[in-house]
Amino acid sequence: MQQFLNIFIGGLLIGGIYSLVSMGMSLQYGVAKVFNAAHGEFMMFGAFLTFWLQQNGVNPLVTMLVVAPVMFIIGFILYRTVFQGIRTRAANPGVFESNAMLAAFGFYFIVQNIAVRIWGSTPRTYTFLGKSMSIAGALFNENRIIAALFAVAIGAAFYLFLNSTRTGKAIRAAAQDTTTAGLMGVNINFVLALCFGFGAAMAGVAGSLISICYSIYTTMGLGYTVIAIVVVTLGGLGSIPGSFIGGFILGVLGSVVAYWQPGLVVASYYVIFIILMLLRPKGIMGK
Amino acid sequence: MNLKEINWKKYSLTGGIPLLIVIFLGIWPYIGPTYYVTLFTYFLLYVTMAIAWTIFSGTTGYISLASAAFYGLGIYAAALFGEKMPLIFVIFIGGAASFVLAFIVGSITLRLRGIYFAMFTFGLVVLFKEVLLYWEITVKNIRGYFVVIETNNTIYYYLFGICVVTVIIAYLLKRSKYGLALQGIGENEEAAAHTGINVTMVKILTFALSSFFMGACGVVMATKMTYIDPQIAFNPLMSFNPALMSIFGGIGNLYGPAVGAVLFTYIQEKLMTGSLKNYYMLIFGAILVATILFLPNGLMGLIQNVWKRIKGVKRAPTTG
Repeated sequence: MQQFLNIFIGGLLIGGIYSLVSMGMSLQYGVAKVFNAAHGEFMMFGAFLTFWLQQNGVNPLVTMLVVAPVMFIIGFILYRTVFQGIRTRAANPGVFESNAMLAAFGFYFIVQNIAVRIWGSTPRTYTFLGKSMSIAGALFNENRIIAALFAVAIGAAFYLFLNSTRTGKAIRAAAQDTTTAGLMGVNINFVLALCFGFGAAMAGVAGSLISICYSIYTTMGLGYTVIAIVVVTLGGLGSIPGSFIGGFILGVLGSVVAYWQPGLVVASYYVIFIILMLLRPKGIMGK
Repeated sequence: MNLKEINWKKYSLTGGIPLLIVIFLGIWPYIGPTYYVTLFTYFLLYVTMAIAWTIFSGTTGYISLASAAFYGLGIYAAALFGEKMPLIFVIFIGGAASFVLAFIVGSITLRLRGIYFAMFTFGLVVLFKEVLLYWEITVKNIRGYFVVIETNNTIYYYLFGICVVTVIIAYLLKRSKYGLALQGIGENEEAAAHTGINVTMVKILTFALSSFFMGACGVVMATKMTYIDPQIAFNPLMSFNPALMSIFGGIGNLYGPAVGAVLFTYIQEKLMTGSLKNYYMLIFGAILVATILFLPNGLMGLIQNVWKRIKGVKRAPTTG
């Protein structure tokens, strides 16, 4: 029983970070309709930015105040320069989705290679809040608990932002029907770029949180992209609360499988994906 | 048929040029220098991969990123059966295995929207790599296999054969009623379904057919590698190369992917051996983004547009 609790709580802790990564992807796909295959790379970039600042004496939790705006600006500019151009040239939304996805894969190669050129491919790590702490009898590092709490807090704050501000309302309107929202006076190109930027910022912050508790390396992005894909599908494409819950489900599942057979974690995500495709393609919260 | 009714000029162009190319490629290993024979082997490989990719993804608009999975399956077929039987049988085994895999993947995902298909196929390559690594390390306690090697000329001629078959099948498919159905699916799937096309079945079968050729290519190329392991066999780049080459060349017709594949293979070869070797992937990504942003109809689309302008064809003003 104690063993089971250990695995379960460990899964919830990593699940918080999965939630944050996936919410970013869900926002980018659900509203801006860009299936961002470079999402994991943005996360990796955020993690290395935190690492670099930490080496220069900044508290890792404070670095998030730098990482988030930097990633937001990168995402915003990327949308305005590249994806908006693809969107205006595409014949129909389907063509835009597939072209945008391929362009995102292009960014996957670009960002990863720039990172490898700068930071090499050796894993990096630093210690921050390394003491352990007990939850329900199980011992966990403080940094993992802090990271999970931050992830949940950021997710909740963003949800509130979507539901209670004017910009949030514009984003939700654009998610429902881009064209009609535009006709109702929403500045569509600005709102979509905003969503893409927010998604990138979430990925960056998730990267900061990951660097606090795990070792980071320049090729780690792809693994997290695959996780985000599965979580986003699990929660329902474009559903923010769905991604939030899905992250925890996948975190627990991953930690159970990792306890039993570490080599089969990715395969287990895939089994989930296949079952979803067969039984409920719209996900747990999809409409 | 009356001989005067045949349009000789048209037939000599549509039949003559491909015939000349086939004869030239057929005698090339005897007249060309070794380096260029190897380069042409890669031309043939990528032309086959790009055209096989276009058969399905180009016409229907469903972007498949699983080419590497089928290619890798072919490589593994060569490793497992290469010693036991002649290469020609192994090619059919590799192709058939890819066909079956594509059929299963298609039946799971092709009922749904295109984005699910793209996501699923992309993850498939990662899945195969992980599971095979796990299988080899944990269960079998070995890593990788050795493959029976063939001479360069044998590899060349097998690929040449596969390439010719692929092009002929792609051409016939495009002209058949199935080609029309595929085009209908690409333009408006709902309308295609309403005209009585069994869209799911057409999509699944075409996807499986295109995968057959990818698997066959994998079998032949494996005999060039001597040693393989999951990391080598399931290289995600093999998924992106056919897609990028086809879009780069233009997916509107069969010439586009072929031209794109030849040009891009040449660029790749120059970059990989030159001083920019370490920046290859970076340049690859940049070309991918630039192609999609500035050449959505590919090189062939661009040439057609320029040609129209030179000939002064008047078009109604369109927006978009």
